[in-house]
Amino acid sequence: MTPALTARNIAIVALLAGLLLMPVFAELAGNRFLLTLFTRIVILALAAVSLNLILGYGGMMSFGHAAYLGIGGYAVGMLAHEGVLSGFVQWPVALAGSALFALIIGALSLRTRGVYFIMITLAFAQMAYYIFAGLARYGGDDGLTIYKRSQFFNPINLSNKVQFYYICLALLFAAIYLVWRLVNSRFGMTIQGARSNDIRMRAIGFPTYRYKLVCFVIAGTMCGLSGALLANHTDFVSPQMMYWTRSGDLIIMVVLGGMGSPFGPLIGAVALLVLEEVLSGITEYWQIILGPLLLLVVLFARGGIDGLLVKLQGKERAKVRS
Amino acid sequence: MSEPMLQVENLAKRFGGIVATDDLVLNVEAGELHAVIGPNGAGKTTLIAQLSGQLSPDSGRVRFDGKDITALPMYRRSRLGLARSFQITSLFLDLSVLDNVALAVQAHAGHSFRFWRNARSEPDLREPARAALARVGLGERADGRASALSHGEHRQLELAMALAGSPRMLLLDEPMAGLGPEESARMVEMLRALKRELTILLVEHDMEAVFALADRITVLVYGRVIASGKPDDIRANADVRDAYLGEAETGAASHG
Repeated sequence: MTPALTARNIAIVALLAGLLLMPVFAELAGNRFLLTLFTRIVILALAAVSLNLILGYGGMMSFGHAAYLGIGGYAVGMLAHEGVLSGFVQWPVALAGSALFALIIGALSLRTRGVYFIMITLAFAQMAYYIFAGLARYGGDDGLTIYKRSQFFNPINLSNKVQFYYICLALLFAAIYLVWRLVNSRFGMTIQGARSNDIRMRAIGFPTYRYKLVCFVIAGTMCGLSGALLANHTDFVSPQMMYWTRSGDLIIMVVLGGMGSPFGPLIGAVALLVLEEVLSGITEYWQIILGPLLLLVVLFARGGIDGLLVKLQGKERAKVRS
Repeated sequence: MSEPMLQVENLAKRFGGIVATDDLVLNVEAGELHAVIGPNGAGKTTLIAQLSGQLSPDSGRVRFDGKDITALPMYRRSRLGLARSFQITSLFLDLSVLDNVALAVQAHAGHSFRFWRNARSEPDLREPARAALARVGLGERADGRASALSHGEHRQLELAMALAGSPRMLLLDEPMAGLGPEESARMVEMLRALKRELTILLVEHDMEAVFALADRITVLVYGRVIASGKPDDIRANADVRDAYLGEAETGAASHG
């Protein structure tokens, strides 16, 4: 089966090609900021991809996903502050820390549903926020500057902006592929079944709690990686990384791009952050424009931007038939 | 070997001041189709919920195939071979018809911590699922979305899902609810075929279906058993006529 030349596939291929060639554009345009912006987009897209795994496929409305960004980031920042610069230590600690945090939050919050689940995940993330804000040794509220990026063996050098961008992009593509494999496996069918009808899943013989918990931990770990990248990108970590509005941004990316679609979170991240960049260049009050736009998407395009592209494709097909 | 497949011993459940199940004793023999009837509010669905593990009783015991399952969670009972269908259609509406049944097959095919291989192309899951769909007459609709099926087809899909796990006993909660006369007749035929292979506990309002299918009938009123026996005995039982059958004849239409 070869993928058809549909509007959606063309758009996605164009997006991926654009991302792959971004450093070239930036170089040709002489615009260094473009590469910085897109490195940030790619890193946050990775976080959104991880959120999509639990939110889009698992129906778990976590409102505390930014906590893992902070934990991953602080793992890098704190170790660097203590003189441990090796990425082979920093990154595994970032992943393990996020996994552990996800295990604890998940174990408690997955026993609840609906609004309670949202509130508990939010409460835990805010708790993490205040804990890190209280760490005077690591800058407290003001955050912590990272003087040296994570060290790997030669020739890997995260301080090289182009190289760093491609590392982030490669990790993003790997994460999208991983999630795609996961959600179509037996494990993924179990998760999707639990989203669709949890009681029925248990009635036919699935202990859904443990599957959802494992899924929750996988997503948290993946987001922790995004946090480690973000810390390296900004050379700085602060509690602000895990403030609840950041969790909200991640949800917006997923919903805007298309929940439960493999490329949706990437599309959403690009759309939201580029829009933010463009609009904030026009007016200081850019959120007044962004808000209604989001509202339109939620009201009229339930599947997000990716859903719109699929619909477009449906219309093309209908035309061919008639 | 003469031990009943399902033994319910002095089961009791109250919700506040309401007694939903009152010192209920019930035996279902292996291979029989045992119907439970009773007016609305008699506690039939509550009974099924306790047998399947969705609700836990306040007191009493449930044994399945000699094993005490009173404290087992739903998924463990299902794995022992006790399958349940729902009165209110409870499906995975946003998945395909085949996905629905394949999930039921997967539930009984070991653990699902398998992260890589595409489950939708595993013959071990898809083939038994297709077979179960063919058996209930939904073979043609396998690839459509579950939400696109009619109400009658949803009931058939319910049954296919219960069958997919190759259970030893079925708990059927009003499988004819909301079906038209033709669909009901088809469902009766299907159940007649199934009862040759499985033990079935059937909760049903449709008296015609119950008397056509049941080997034995238990009548519940306010959570209590008021009679239990062969269909002819039940039909002749004066208490049952008073409490239930007389009014059911006139009230049956409103049960929908």
